[in-house]
Amino acid sequence: MRRSHSFLFCLGLLAGLCGLIFVHASLRRQAMKPGLLEKERLVRELGLTDICLSTEANYTRHLTQADFTTAFQDHPLSLEHFPSGTWIRPGPRSGYGNGQGIRPAKKHP
Amino acid sequence: MAKGFDRQKNILDFTLSSLLRRKWKNLALASVYTLVVFLLASVMFFSYAIKREASILLANAPEITVQRLLAGRHSPVPLAYLDRIKDIAGVQAIRGRLWGYYFDPVVGANYTLVVPESGAPENGTIRVGAGVARARSLLAGDMIEFKTAAGDILELEAREFFSADSELVSSDLVLLSADDFLAISGGAADMVTDIAVGVRNPRELATVAEKIAARLPDTRVILREEILRTYDAVFNWRGGLLVIILAGAMLAFIILAWEKASGLGPEERREIGILKAIGWETSDVLLMKFWEGMAVSLSSFFFGLLLAYIHVFTAGSGLFAPVLKGWSVLLPEFRLVPYIDAAQVAALFFLTVVPYSVATIIPAWRASIVDPDSVMR
Repeated sequence: MRRSHSFLFCLGLLAGLCGLIFVHASLRRQAMKPGLLEKERLVRELGLTDICLSTEANYTRHLTQADFTTAFQDHPLSLEHFPSGTWIRPGPRSGYGNGQGIRPAKKHP
Repeated sequence: MAKGFDRQKNILDFTLSSLLRRKWKNLALASVYTLVVFLLASVMFFSYAIKREASILLANAPEITVQRLLAGRHSPVPLAYLDRIKDIAGVQAIRGRLWGYYFDPVVGANYTLVVPESGAPENGTIRVGAGVARARSLLAGDMIEFKTAAGDILELEAREFFSADSELVSSDLVLLSADDFLAISGGAADMVTDIAVGVRNPRELATVAEKIAARLPDTRVILREEILRTYDAVFNWRGGLLVIILAGAMLAFIILAWEKASGLGPEERREIGILKAIGWETSDVLLMKFWEGMAVSLSSFFFGLLLAYIHVFTAGSGLFAPVLKGWSVLLPEFRLVPYIDAAQVAALFFLTVVPYSVATIIPAWRASIVDPDSVMR
């Protein structure tokens, strides 16, 4: 067998396998559908606001319920020391009420 | 047509022989290339799948959550606040939520205690998530001790468990009755943790939020839209660890492409000179270099993509999971639903394969237009 034929065969095989990723993902999504529906039901019934990615700190467990300055809440020099915090940046807040949203600062009269 | 195809195959045969002559160098190159694609694709698959699943699940979260802030910290909300919200026009449903955290000193884990609105466990019993059951090695009927706010020990029976399939939302949950929750947390019966508000017309959400904020100035109002936006931003490229991974991968890739684009080695230049001297056209040389670039970049891209898919969706994201789990004792074990964004895969292809192939051709073109005699000398 010529080298080019072997190479093109292997490349075709790899490309085919990469195409199969999408087929596999689609089949897995179908198979995982009942689990997803169960999670949706729990979120609705229990009124959950966050998914459970990390349990090491309150503010990484409930990202949407935490304060902007939450990493500093224990004392002013309390810098982020939880590994999961390195994935996360402060979420966008519209700032209704006492919401710590990003709003232009008012000029001092 | 067939002649042109034969020509391509002949040049490809020669290219592969040429690559095999420097097989260790090319193998090292392809390995680094595969690693770069693997890292980038893993981050891409992982972050997209989490964001997508979070957006689907949290579309069922409360439309508005109202928290009370006291001295900048969360504080329990008096039940009287519910009366001040429920007569706002557009408010359809309102309920006080009782939930909080409990640190279990036995295993050093944090649990999330939740009192469900309906179907709460009987006093003295709890329903726990799979992560809690794992951390405490619980079987149905086992007792867990909780320390109450008064300092007593309250023993609760683990009667039911959440399924392992729901671990992404329930891993650390402990569902219990309101009485048991108040005993453990020390809360007052006329206080709730926060308020969940349902609004009839989604277009009125902002108006209702403004009215709540005006009536209750010591509260913070969180819209469901903000919850969804938070998770959309969670694995943003500006997140600390992502910057390091992406910057490292991109630098490695730039070095690869730069090494190729900055010129050919004397051996490769001599090879081109000889090929020109025995009658190869410039277009043949360019075609050879094109195939060389494609052989390395395409096979590395496909291989890296496959490895990334296996890593994220079948091997539990072994590279990222330890960072997410961090120092926590209660480790959520979840399998991500494989949502893949075809546009992101296409973007990764164009960002990795195309620049590398172009970077291979340019120096070859420069070498092939020089007089073969001078190149060989």
